[in-house]
Amino acid sequence: MKKQKAIKKQKPIEKPKTMKKQNIVLISSVLLVIVFALGAYFYKTQQSTKLSFMARENASTFVRDYSLTLGSDDAKVYIVEFFDPACETCRDFHPFVKNLMAANQGKIKLVHRYAPFHPGSDYFVKILEAARKQGKYWETLEAMFNSQHIWASHHNPQPELIWQFLPEAGLNIEQIRNDMNDPEIAKHIEQDLADANTLNVRQTPEFFVNGKPLPNFGYDYLKELVETEIKANY
Amino acid sequence: MPHSDQTSNSNWTILFICWLIASISTLGSLFFSEIMKFAPCVLCWYQRICLFPLVLILSMGLFSFDKSVVRFALPLAIAGWFIALYHNLLYTGIIPESIQPCSKGVSCTEDYINLFGIFTIPMLSLISFSTIVVLLFMLKRRLSK
Repeated sequence: MKKQKAIKKQKPIEKPKTMKKQNIVLISSVLLVIVFALGAYFYKTQQSTKLSFMARENASTFVRDYSLTLGSDDAKVYIVEFFDPACETCRDFHPFVKNLMAANQGKIKLVHRYAPFHPGSDYFVKILEAARKQGKYWETLEAMFNSQHIWASHHNPQPELIWQFLPEAGLNIEQIRNDMNDPEIAKHIEQDLADANTLNVRQTPEFFVNGKPLPNFGYDYLKELVETEIKANY
Repeated sequence: MPHSDQTSNSNWTILFICWLIASISTLGSLFFSEIMKFAPCVLCWYQRICLFPLVLILSMGLFSFDKSVVRFALPLAIAGWFIALYHNLLYTGIIPESIQPCSKGVSCTEDYINLFGIFTIPMLSLISFSTIVVLLFMLKRRLSK
Protein backbone atom coordinates (compact mmCIF):
# COMPACT_ATOMS: atom_id res chain seq x y z
CA MET A 1 0.00 0.00 0.00
CA LYS A 2 2.74 2.34 0.99
CA LYS A 3 4.79 1.48 -2.07
CA GLN A 4 1.90 2.13 -4.38
CA LYS A 5 1.35 5.49 -2.87
CA ALA A 6 4.97 6.38 -3.37
CA ILE A 7 4.83 5.52 -7.05
CA LYS A 8 1.64 7.44 -7.48
CA LYS A 9 3.19 10.41 -5.80
CA GLN A 10 6.26 10.34 -7.99
CA LYS A 11 4.38 10.46 -11.23
CA PRO A 12 2.48 13.67 -10.69
CA ILE A 13 5.72 15.33 -9.56
CA GLU A 14 7.53 14.40 -12.73
CA LYS A 15 4.81 15.40 -15.10
CA PRO A 16 4.43 19.01 -14.06
CA LYS A 17 8.20 19.36 -14.30
CA THR A 18 8.41 18.38 -17.94
CA MET A 19 5.36 20.47 -18.58
CA LYS A 20 7.05 23.35 -16.90
CA LYS A 21 10.14 22.96 -19.07
CA GLN A 22 8.09 22.92 -22.23
CA ASN A 23 6.33 26.00 -21.04
CA ILE A 24 9.64 27.74 -20.46
CA VAL A 25 10.56 27.10 -24.09
CA LEU A 26 7.18 28.20 -25.38
CA ILE A 27 7.03 31.34 -23.24
CA SER A 28 10.59 32.28 -24.21
CA SER A 29 9.70 31.85 -27.88
CA VAL A 30 6.68 34.09 -27.53
CA LEU A 31 8.70 36.67 -25.59
CA LEU A 32 11.46 36.68 -28.20
CA VAL A 33 8.96 37.18 -31.01
CA ILE A 34 7.29 40.01 -29.11
CA VAL A 35 10.64 41.71 -28.53
CA PHE A 36 11.37 41.33 -32.24
CA ALA A 37 8.03 42.84 -33.25
CA LEU A 38 8.39 45.73 -30.81
CA GLY A 39 11.94 46.34 -31.99
CA ALA A 40 10.75 46.40 -35.61
CA TYR A 41 7.96 48.78 -34.72
CA PHE A 42 10.22 51.19 -32.84
CA TYR A 43 12.88 51.06 -35.50
CA LYS A 44 10.37 51.94 -38.22
CA THR A 45 8.80 54.78 -36.23
CA GLN A 46 12.16 56.20 -35.32
CA GLN A 47 13.32 55.92 -38.92
CA SER A 48 10.29 57.73 -40.31
CA THR A 49 10.53 60.51 -37.70
CA LYS A 50 14.16 60.95 -38.62
CA LEU A 51 13.25 61.11 -42.32
CA SER A 52 10.42 63.57 -41.87
CA PHE A 53 12.76 65.74 -39.83
CA MET A 54 15.30 65.56 -42.63
CA ALA A 55 12.63 66.40 -45.21
CA ARG A 56 11.98 69.64 -43.34
CA GLU A 57 15.51 70.61 -42.34
CA ASN A 58 17.51 69.13 -45.12
CA ALA A 59 15.30 69.02 -48.19
CA SER A 60 18.27 69.00 -50.57
CA THR A 61 19.04 65.40 -49.57
CA PHE A 62 15.79 64.47 -51.31
CA VAL A 63 15.94 66.89 -54.24
CA ARG A 64 19.21 68.32 -55.55
CA ASP A 65 19.08 71.34 -57.84
CA TYR A 66 20.35 69.17 -60.71
CA SER A 67 17.75 66.46 -60.07
CA LEU A 68 15.45 65.57 -62.89
CA THR A 69 11.79 66.28 -62.23
CA LEU A 70 8.50 65.71 -64.00
CA GLY A 71 5.25 67.54 -63.33
CA SER A 72 4.03 70.96 -62.38
CA ASP A 73 6.12 73.25 -60.17
CA ASP A 74 2.95 74.09 -58.22
CA ALA A 75 2.47 70.47 -57.19
CA LYS A 76 2.36 70.00 -53.44
CA VAL A 77 3.07 66.29 -53.39
CA TYR A 78 6.63 65.29 -54.19
CA ILE A 79 7.42 61.69 -55.05
CA VAL A 80 11.14 61.13 -54.83
CA GLU A 81 12.12 57.89 -56.51
CA PHE A 82 15.54 56.32 -56.18
CA PHE A 83 15.92 53.91 -59.07
CA ASP A 84 18.34 51.83 -61.08
CA PRO A 85 17.84 51.52 -64.88
CA ALA A 86 18.86 47.85 -64.64
CA CYS A 87 16.33 47.07 -61.90
CA GLU A 88 13.30 45.04 -62.99
CA THR A 89 11.04 46.23 -60.22
CA CYS A 90 11.85 49.84 -61.14
CA ARG A 91 10.71 49.06 -64.66
CA ASP A 92 7.49 47.54 -63.37
CA PHE A 93 6.81 50.53 -61.12
CA HIS A 94 7.43 53.09 -63.86
CA PRO A 95 4.01 52.88 -65.62
CA PHE A 96 2.31 52.69 -62.26
CA VAL A 97 3.87 55.96 -61.10
CA LYS A 98 2.95 57.59 -64.42
CA ASN A 99 -0.67 56.46 -63.97
CA LEU A 100 -0.70 57.89 -60.46
CA MET A 101 0.46 61.23 -61.87
CA ALA A 102 -2.10 61.17 -64.67
CA ALA A 103 -4.88 60.43 -62.22
CA ASN A 104 -3.88 63.41 -60.08
CA GLN A 105 -3.04 65.92 -62.77
CA GLY A 106 -0.90 68.80 -61.57
CA LYS A 107 -0.78 67.69 -57.96
CA ILE A 108 2.25 65.44 -58.11
CA LYS A 109 5.84 66.19 -58.94
CA LEU A 110 8.13 63.27 -59.59
CA VAL A 111 11.83 63.51 -58.78
CA HIS A 112 14.15 60.90 -60.24
CA ARG A 113 17.29 60.06 -58.29
CA TYR A 114 19.83 57.44 -59.30
CA ALA A 115 20.75 54.45 -57.20
CA PRO A 116 22.69 52.25 -59.68
CA PHE A 117 23.23 49.34 -57.31
CA HIS A 118 23.73 46.75 -60.05
CA PRO A 119 27.40 46.51 -60.93
CA GLY A 120 28.00 48.48 -64.12
CA SER A 121 24.59 50.07 -64.28
CA ASP A 122 26.01 53.58 -63.80
CA TYR A 123 26.89 53.26 -67.50
CA PHE A 124 23.18 53.38 -68.29
CA VAL A 125 22.62 56.31 -65.98
CA LYS A 126 25.30 58.16 -67.92
CA ILE A 127 23.43 57.44 -71.17
CA LEU A 128 20.23 58.74 -69.58
CA GLU A 129 21.92 61.93 -68.44
CA ALA A 130 23.45 62.44 -71.87
CA ALA A 131 20.01 61.94 -73.42
CA ARG A 132 18.64 64.51 -71.01
CA LYS A 133 20.88 67.09 -72.66
CA GLN A 134 19.02 66.36 -75.89
CA GLY A 135 15.70 66.70 -74.09
CA LYS A 136 14.98 63.00 -74.58
CA TYR A 137 15.29 61.66 -71.04
CA TRP A 138 11.84 60.09 -70.74
CA GLU A 139 11.90 58.65 -74.27
CA THR A 140 15.30 57.08 -73.55
CA LEU A 141 14.16 55.71 -70.21
CA GLU A 142 11.17 54.18 -71.96
CA ALA A 143 13.43 52.58 -74.59
CA MET A 144 15.74 51.27 -71.87
CA PHE A 145 12.98 49.73 -69.81
CA ASN A 146 11.39 48.18 -72.90
CA SER A 147 14.62 46.42 -73.83
CA GLN A 148 15.83 45.80 -70.28
CA HIS A 149 15.16 42.06 -70.49
CA ILE A 150 17.79 41.90 -73.23
CA TRP A 151 20.60 44.16 -72.03
CA ALA A 152 20.19 43.40 -68.33
CA SER A 153 19.00 39.82 -68.29
CA HIS A 154 19.72 37.96 -65.04
CA HIS A 155 20.79 41.17 -63.33
CA ASN A 156 23.89 41.31 -65.43
CA PRO A 157 23.95 44.59 -67.36
CA GLN A 158 25.77 44.40 -70.72
CA PRO A 159 26.68 47.87 -71.94
CA GLU A 160 27.17 46.95 -75.63
CA LEU A 161 23.65 45.60 -75.99
CA ILE A 162 21.86 48.87 -75.23
CA TRP A 163 23.05 50.82 -78.25
CA GLN A 164 20.83 49.06 -80.78
CA PHE A 165 17.75 50.22 -78.85
CA LEU A 166 18.69 53.88 -78.45
CA PRO A 167 17.74 55.10 -81.95
CA GLU A 168 14.07 54.43 -81.20
CA ALA A 169 14.23 57.27 -78.67
CA GLY A 170 15.26 59.62 -81.48
CA LEU A 171 18.71 60.33 -80.10
CA ASN A 172 21.85 61.66 -81.70
CA ILE A 173 23.98 58.63 -80.84
CA GLU A 174 27.36 60.22 -81.55
CA GLN A 175 26.49 63.08 -79.23
CA ILE A 176 25.50 60.59 -76.51
CA ARG A 177 28.86 58.84 -76.74
CA ASN A 178 30.56 62.18 -76.20
CA ASP A 179 28.30 63.59 -73.52
CA MET A 180 28.08 60.52 -71.32
CA ASN A 181 31.70 60.93 -70.27
CA ASP A 182 31.09 64.38 -68.84
CA PRO A 183 32.68 64.35 -65.36
CA GLU A 184 29.73 66.40 -64.14
CA ILE A 185 27.47 63.37 -64.67
CA ALA A 186 29.76 61.12 -62.66
CA LYS A 187 29.70 63.69 -59.86
CA HIS A 188 25.91 63.74 -59.83
CA ILE A 189 25.75 59.95 -59.65
CA GLU A 190 28.13 60.04 -56.73
CA GLN A 191 26.00 62.63 -54.96
CA ASP A 192 22.84 60.62 -55.58
CA LEU A 193 24.47 57.51 -54.15
CA ALA A 194 25.66 59.48 -51.13
CA ASP A 195 22.13 60.81 -50.55
CA ALA A 196 20.72 57.30 -51.00
CA ASN A 197 23.09 56.16 -48.30
CA THR A 198 22.07 59.00 -45.98
CA LEU A 199 18.42 58.12 -46.49
CA ASN A 200 19.07 54.42 -45.87
CA VAL A 201 18.10 53.40 -49.40
CA ARG A 202 19.31 49.82 -49.83
CA GLN A 203 16.91 48.50 -52.44
CA THR A 204 15.41 49.95 -55.58
CA PRO A 205 13.00 51.43 -56.24
CA GLU A 206 12.70 53.38 -53.03
CA PHE A 207 10.04 56.05 -52.78
CA PHE A 208 9.65 59.05 -50.50
CA VAL A 209 6.39 60.95 -50.65
CA ASN A 210 6.94 64.40 -49.18
CA GLY A 211 9.84 62.88 -47.29
CA LYS A 212 7.86 59.96 -45.93
CA PRO A 213 9.03 56.43 -46.71
CA LEU A 214 6.60 53.69 -47.71
CA PRO A 215 5.37 51.83 -44.60
CA ASN A 216 5.77 48.62 -46.60
CA PHE A 217 6.93 47.96 -50.12
CA GLY A 218 4.23 47.65 -52.77
CA TYR A 219 2.05 49.46 -55.32
CA ASP A 220 -0.86 49.81 -52.94
CA TYR A 221 1.23 51.31 -50.18
CA LEU A 222 2.60 53.90 -52.58
CA LYS A 223 -0.86 54.74 -53.85
CA GLU A 224 -2.23 55.01 -50.34
CA LEU A 225 0.60 57.25 -49.16
CA VAL A 226 0.24 59.53 -52.21
CA GLU A 227 -3.51 59.80 -51.67
CA THR A 228 -3.05 60.62 -47.99
CA GLU A 229 -0.59 63.36 -48.89
CA ILE A 230 -2.92 64.78 -51.56
CA LYS A 231 -5.77 64.88 -49.05
CA ALA A 232 -3.57 66.59 -46.49
CA ASN A 233 -2.28 69.22 -48.91
CA TYR A 234 -5.27 70.08 -51.09
CA MET B 1 17.21 10.26 -6.67
CA PRO B 2 17.61 13.99 -6.05
CA HIS B 3 21.17 14.04 -7.36
CA SER B 4 20.50 12.70 -10.85
CA ASP B 5 17.41 14.86 -11.03
CA GLN B 6 19.57 17.88 -10.45
CA THR B 7 22.10 16.88 -13.13
CA SER B 8 19.39 16.26 -15.66
CA ASN B 9 17.96 19.62 -14.74
CA SER B 10 21.22 21.43 -15.34
CA ASN B 11 21.78 19.44 -18.54
CA TRP B 12 18.44 20.71 -19.71
CA THR B 13 19.39 24.24 -18.73
CA ILE B 14 22.63 24.08 -20.73
CA LEU B 15 20.68 22.96 -23.78
CA PHE B 16 18.13 25.67 -23.13
CA ILE B 17 20.85 28.35 -23.07
CA CYS B 18 22.15 27.03 -26.41
CA TRP B 19 18.68 27.28 -27.84
CA LEU B 20 18.22 30.77 -26.43
CA ILE B 21 21.48 31.98 -28.01
CA ALA B 22 20.54 30.41 -31.35
CA SER B 23 17.09 31.99 -31.24
CA ILE B 24 18.33 35.44 -30.30
CA SER B 25 20.97 35.26 -33.04
CA THR B 26 18.41 34.12 -35.60
CA LEU B 27 15.98 36.90 -34.77
CA GLY B 28 18.83 39.41 -34.62
CA SER B 29 20.04 38.35 -38.04
CA LEU B 30 16.49 38.59 -39.40
CA PHE B 31 16.18 42.04 -37.83
CA PHE B 32 19.29 43.22 -39.66
CA SER B 33 18.15 41.87 -43.03
CA GLU B 34 14.36 42.31 -42.92
CA ILE B 35 13.86 45.40 -40.78
CA MET B 36 17.07 47.36 -41.20
CA LYS B 37 17.42 46.08 -44.79
CA PHE B 38 21.09 45.18 -44.61
CA ALA B 39 21.64 42.75 -47.47
CA PRO B 40 23.34 39.58 -46.17
CA CYS B 41 26.56 38.71 -47.99
CA VAL B 42 27.44 35.20 -49.17
CA LEU B 43 29.34 34.28 -46.02
CA CYS B 44 26.48 35.54 -43.88
CA TRP B 45 24.17 33.20 -45.78
CA TYR B 46 26.43 30.21 -45.12
CA GLN B 47 26.40 31.04 -41.42
CA ARG B 48 22.64 31.40 -41.50
CA ILE B 49 22.35 27.93 -43.06
CA CYS B 50 24.06 26.58 -39.95
CA LEU B 51 22.29 28.83 -37.48
CA PHE B 52 18.61 28.72 -38.40
CA PRO B 53 18.18 24.90 -38.18
CA LEU B 54 19.81 24.94 -34.73
CA VAL B 55 16.76 26.75 -33.35
CA LEU B 56 14.45 23.94 -34.45
CA ILE B 57 16.77 21.02 -33.72
CA LEU B 58 17.61 22.27 -30.23
CA SER B 59 13.99 22.98 -29.39
CA MET B 60 13.10 19.39 -30.33
CA GLY B 61 15.74 18.19 -27.89
CA LEU B 62 14.33 20.46 -25.21
CA PHE B 63 10.70 19.43 -25.36
CA SER B 64 11.31 15.94 -24.08
CA PHE B 65 14.94 16.02 -23.15
CA ASP B 66 16.72 13.92 -25.76
CA LYS B 67 20.48 13.69 -25.41
CA SER B 68 21.04 12.62 -29.01
CA VAL B 69 20.26 16.21 -29.95
CA VAL B 70 23.89 17.04 -29.16
CA ARG B 71 25.04 14.72 -31.93
CA PHE B 72 22.83 16.45 -34.47
CA ALA B 73 23.42 20.00 -33.33
CA LEU B 74 27.20 19.90 -32.94
CA PRO B 75 28.13 19.46 -36.64
CA LEU B 76 26.00 22.46 -37.58
CA ALA B 77 27.41 24.58 -34.79
CA ILE B 78 31.00 23.64 -35.64
CA ALA B 79 30.52 24.31 -39.36
CA GLY B 80 28.97 27.68 -38.52
CA TRP B 81 31.85 28.44 -36.17
CA PHE B 82 34.44 27.83 -38.91
CA ILE B 83 32.62 30.04 -41.39
CA ALA B 84 32.24 32.75 -38.76
CA LEU B 85 35.95 32.51 -37.97
CA TYR B 86 36.85 32.80 -41.66
CA HIS B 87 34.48 35.74 -42.02
CA ASN B 88 36.12 37.54 -39.10
CA LEU B 89 39.59 36.93 -40.47
CA LEU B 90 38.46 38.51 -43.75
CA TYR B 91 36.74 41.33 -41.97
CA THR B 92 39.72 42.27 -39.87
CA GLY B 93 41.97 42.03 -42.92
CA ILE B 94 44.08 39.09 -41.67
CA ILE B 95 43.10 37.27 -44.87
CA PRO B 96 43.17 39.66 -47.85
CA GLU B 97 39.79 40.23 -49.45
CA SER B 98 41.01 39.42 -52.95
CA ILE B 99 40.85 35.70 -52.27
CA GLN B 100 37.35 35.72 -50.82
CA PRO B 101 34.37 34.30 -52.72
CA CYS B 102 32.01 37.27 -52.76
CA SER B 103 33.42 39.91 -55.05
CA LYS B 104 30.02 40.31 -56.72
CA GLY B 105 26.96 41.61 -54.97
CA VAL B 106 27.29 42.53 -51.33
CA SER B 107 30.78 42.82 -49.96
CA CYS B 108 31.56 40.58 -46.99
CA THR B 109 33.70 43.27 -45.40
CA GLU B 110 31.23 46.12 -45.47
CA ASP B 111 30.89 47.78 -42.08
CA TYR B 112 27.17 47.86 -41.28
CA ILE B 113 27.20 48.13 -37.54
CA ASN B 114 30.10 48.46 -35.20
CA LEU B 115 29.36 48.81 -31.50
CA PHE B 116 32.29 49.85 -29.32
CA GLY B 117 34.71 49.03 -32.10
CA ILE B 118 34.48 45.23 -31.68
CA PHE B 119 30.85 44.15 -31.99
CA THR B 120 30.49 43.92 -35.74
CA ILE B 121 27.91 41.54 -37.21
CA PRO B 122 30.50 38.82 -38.02
CA MET B 123 31.89 39.15 -34.50
CA LEU B 124 28.42 38.69 -32.98
CA SER B 125 28.05 35.58 -35.11
CA LEU B 126 31.42 34.20 -33.96
CA ILE B 127 30.52 34.83 -30.31
CA SER B 128 27.19 33.00 -30.71
CA PHE B 129 28.68 30.00 -32.48
CA SER B 130 31.59 29.79 -30.03
CA THR B 131 29.29 29.81 -27.01
CA ILE B 132 26.99 27.21 -28.54
CA VAL B 133 29.90 24.93 -29.48
CA VAL B 134 31.48 25.18 -26.02
CA LEU B 135 28.18 24.53 -24.25
CA LEU B 136 27.34 21.57 -26.48
CA PHE B 137 30.77 20.02 -25.85
CA MET B 138 30.25 20.52 -22.11
CA LEU B 139 26.89 18.82 -22.40
CA LYS B 140 28.41 15.97 -24.39
CA ARG B 141 31.00 15.29 -21.70
CA ARG B 142 28.42 15.44 -18.93
CA LEU B 143 26.14 13.04 -20.76
CA SER B 144 28.87 10.49 -21.52
CA LYS B 145 29.87 10.32 -17.84
